[in-house]
Amino acid sequence: MPAISLKVNQRAVTAEVEPRTLLVEFLREHLSLTGVHVGCDTSQCGACTVFVDGVSVKSCTMLAMEADGAEVTTIEGLAQGGKLHPMQQAFHEHHGLQCGFCTPGMVISSADLLKRNPRPTEGQVREWLEGNICRCTGYHNIVKAVLACAEGSAK
Amino acid sequence: MTTESKSLIGAPIARKEDRRFLTGTGRYTDDLNRLHQTHAVFLRSPHAHAKIVSINTSAAAAAPGVVAVYTGADIAADKVGGIPCGWLVKNKDGSNMVEPPHPALVADVVRHVGDQVAVVIAETKAQAKAALNLIEVEYDVLPAAATVRDAVAEGAPLVWEQAPGNTCFDWHLGDLAAVEAAFAKAHKIVEIEVTNNRLIPNAMEPRAAIGEYDAAGDMLTLYTTSQNPHLIRLLLGAFVLGVPEHKLRVVAPDVGGGFGSKIFHYAEEAVVVWAARKIGRPVKWTAERSESFMSDAHGRDTVMTAKLAVDREGNFLGFRVHNTANMGAYLSTFATAVPTYLSGTLMAGVYKTPAVYVEVRAVFTHTVPVDAYRGAGRPEATYVIERIVDKAARELGMDRLEIRKKNFIRTFPYKTPVALEYDTGDYDATLAMALEKADVKNYPSRVEASKKRGKLRGIGYSTYLEACGIAPSALVGALGARAGLYEAANVRVHPTGSVSVFTGTHSHGQGHETTFAQLVAQQLGIPFDKVEVVHGDSDKIPFGMGTYGSRSLSVGGSAIVKAVDKIIAKGKKIAAHLLEAGEADIEFKDGKFVVAGTDKSKAFGEIAFAAYVPHNYPIDTVEPGLDESAFYDPKNFTYPAGTHVVEVEVDPDTGVVTVESVVAADDVGVIINPMIVDGQMHGGLAQGIGQALFEECVYDESGQLLTGSYMTYSMPRAADFPMFKVGNHVTACTHNPIGAKGVGEVGAIGVPPATINAVLDALAPLGVTDIQMPATPEKVWRAIVAAKGSKAQ
Repeated sequence: MPAISLKVNQRAVTAEVEPRTLLVEFLREHLSLTGVHVGCDTSQCGACTVFVDGVSVKSCTMLAMEADGAEVTTIEGLAQGGKLHPMQQAFHEHHGLQCGFCTPGMVISSADLLKRNPRPTEGQVREWLEGNICRCTGYHNIVKAVLACAEGSAK
Repeated sequence: MTTESKSLIGAPIARKEDRRFLTGTGRYTDDLNRLHQTHAVFLRSPHAHAKIVSINTSAAAAAPGVVAVYTGADIAADKVGGIPCGWLVKNKDGSNMVEPPHPALVADVVRHVGDQVAVVIAETKAQAKAALNLIEVEYDVLPAAATVRDAVAEGAPLVWEQAPGNTCFDWHLGDLAAVEAAFAKAHKIVEIEVTNNRLIPNAMEPRAAIGEYDAAGDMLTLYTTSQNPHLIRLLLGAFVLGVPEHKLRVVAPDVGGGFGSKIFHYAEEAVVVWAARKIGRPVKWTAERSESFMSDAHGRDTVMTAKLAVDREGNFLGFRVHNTANMGAYLSTFATAVPTYLSGTLMAGVYKTPAVYVEVRAVFTHTVPVDAYRGAGRPEATYVIERIVDKAARELGMDRLEIRKKNFIRTFPYKTPVALEYDTGDYDATLAMALEKADVKNYPSRVEASKKRGKLRGIGYSTYLEACGIAPSALVGALGARAGLYEAANVRVHPTGSVSVFTGTHSHGQGHETTFAQLVAQQLGIPFDKVEVVHGDSDKIPFGMGTYGSRSLSVGGSAIVKAVDKIIAKGKKIAAHLLEAGEADIEFKDGKFVVAGTDKSKAFGEIAFAAYVPHNYPIDTVEPGLDESAFYDPKNFTYPAGTHVVEVEVDPDTGVVTVESVVAADDVGVIINPMIVDGQMHGGLAQGIGQALFEECVYDESGQLLTGSYMTYSMPRAADFPMFKVGNHVTACTHNPIGAKGVGEVGAIGVPPATINAVLDALAPLGVTDIQMPATPEKVWRAIVAAKGSKAQ
């Protein structure tokens, strides 16, 4: 089996993987990073979204081998020193999560949006989240949290 | 309950459970891995209806990594029971419904696409999947009936021989003679036919189950994605496997949404537990989303015809409904209760219609079982009522709100002609609040603005009511329920005064860990952080019936309040001893036991400590410890009600409907955490608008599922909605100690007819008078074209 070396949540990882292993399977099953969720089998729900080299990626659309040499950040690696990332904090304060299953993907995707567009409009937030499905919140408080986070970080 | 200036009741406290979900440390069933576990994959029928001629598993059994392959023959040989239905409905003539068997693995005839035929258990999931392809099944494909209309057609293929005409039951409620008399004197009879589109619940976490057998203690454990672990233990233990409760533990850890679909006992749960005992190793199964589409119970799927008799002034005289409801191929846990006791009983709505009669014909089809989905029967009732009321207004030339107000119930308690007694409500108040929030007075200017952009604008209303907080056990028992529907709680005060609350309800997004902690902290006058809420494990929690029917706070919360009452009562006895006062003189206030009229007191924590370190203690009359259980059985349903207002814009060239504004003004009773209540409303509204505009499960004529993934089933996305405007007007429920009514399903119940009424309002100038859900661009466009065509003639 081929070996891959990558950084996951700032830790160096080397592992042998079957070539068909998806990045999401590698994260969940080899590294026990079970915050990365699988909600569909057609790459639409976005629950498995992680950062790969600073860009949000659905980890079910990528083979683990493609992540060789990359820096991956999952939801487990977002808080620093016990302090929530501003997007996590905004989701908490604005009740942007209920069952929590889509949440890891929503938070990472939303954090990526603000990297690209620090002051998005409500419409831009809604369009950006097209690839993340939530069944609990009606998206209302997710959108509110993202806008509040943008407002806060711009201060 | 005590109240004080800094009340936790009504405080929008951010949730305790958030941190684990935000940091990826939640633990859902698929996140659990047991030592030496194996992986199960199910072989599912590709046909809607077929006889299994032969099945050969030898190649699969010999494949690398395979531990075992089982079929329906193995299930039958081990005398594993069928999956039971929890509700017996009677026919009009008093005979029982047709209740066909529901084997955990099918041996003879498959009856829907996705029906489970075999299971492969292997060392890895990949090996199990590879071996699955080696099973050879020869099918004799038979004709199928997938829709309600196909199933009731003359000569339709039968799902079950014992159910002629595919009829499961033929039920009715109400006074037919009174309704006929009302129709005889009517000024006008308004008629409508409405379809409640079939929906797929789609909780974001796919179902999963792990079965485990501990030979040392002869103990079985099931980890499962369930809204009600104790109910699963009851059904699985007593009916399917024949295992007593003390040998079976069911754990529902973090669960990623349910919406009803995770109430029911599913075949996969039975198979993994049964197989774990057979092979002596844990067996894990996790659904892939495509499997969820063809094995999770679906929702709605009814066809109704209704007639409303009105007088010249618009007073409703009589209402008659015929509902044909799709049960699917097998009867799921609550399936038979949905169109009857959860829908037929709702047909009075908020109106004082003196005579109501409803008939339900439930039919089998070659489809996945249909069962409760957010609202469960109440959205179907609300939809037909609120559509026909709008139609009556148009046909009488009356204002749509005036006709509603004319018929509102205003005196309580109110006994309906369909078996319910509404305890309280104020429908005028929620209507007024909704109109204010929706800025209805400036609506005409928005119509003009839309017109300038070449768009049609419409506004729609729904003044709905629902019955939830299920349910009074004696009542539902008389109606055919095979279980009680009370709730249980255990409140354990620890020696240093912190508290664990064990509840039989289950939280899978509703925020019970926060709301129930607010409730208990307020009642005991202790800090919110000192209360931990525990749920989801039959070994930790004495008993429970679970979370569905918006019952958790009104029924489960009431059980908690009762248990805390017992804690306080015992605390008073201990305090009386310590304070050398009479028990009757002790008051409990703000977390202190006080001798009335004095400054002598003991803090709650001191009493807890004394209860566990009883050095100075009334040991002759009071046991040590501070740990109380309570069961609460509600006296009545609760009746949330309100007004939903939707504004849409329709593009007449493309048929695209844009949701411009959604307003919900609701009376859900007393609110503990308004932030969580608003969140529940948002989610329900999105699912209701999803039903009205986007979502539909479609089977073709042969029973193939055409909407089997997110590529083909239209899940609402963020850009489909505006910000929702929600508000509450409270009338407290009169019969539970909290005054709560329930909020979980309200959005999904009230908003679909408001949405369709808005679309029809927009299209009214073109002559369109009807459209069925979901109002997709194609349907809207066709309706516009058809109306133009008939105008041109």
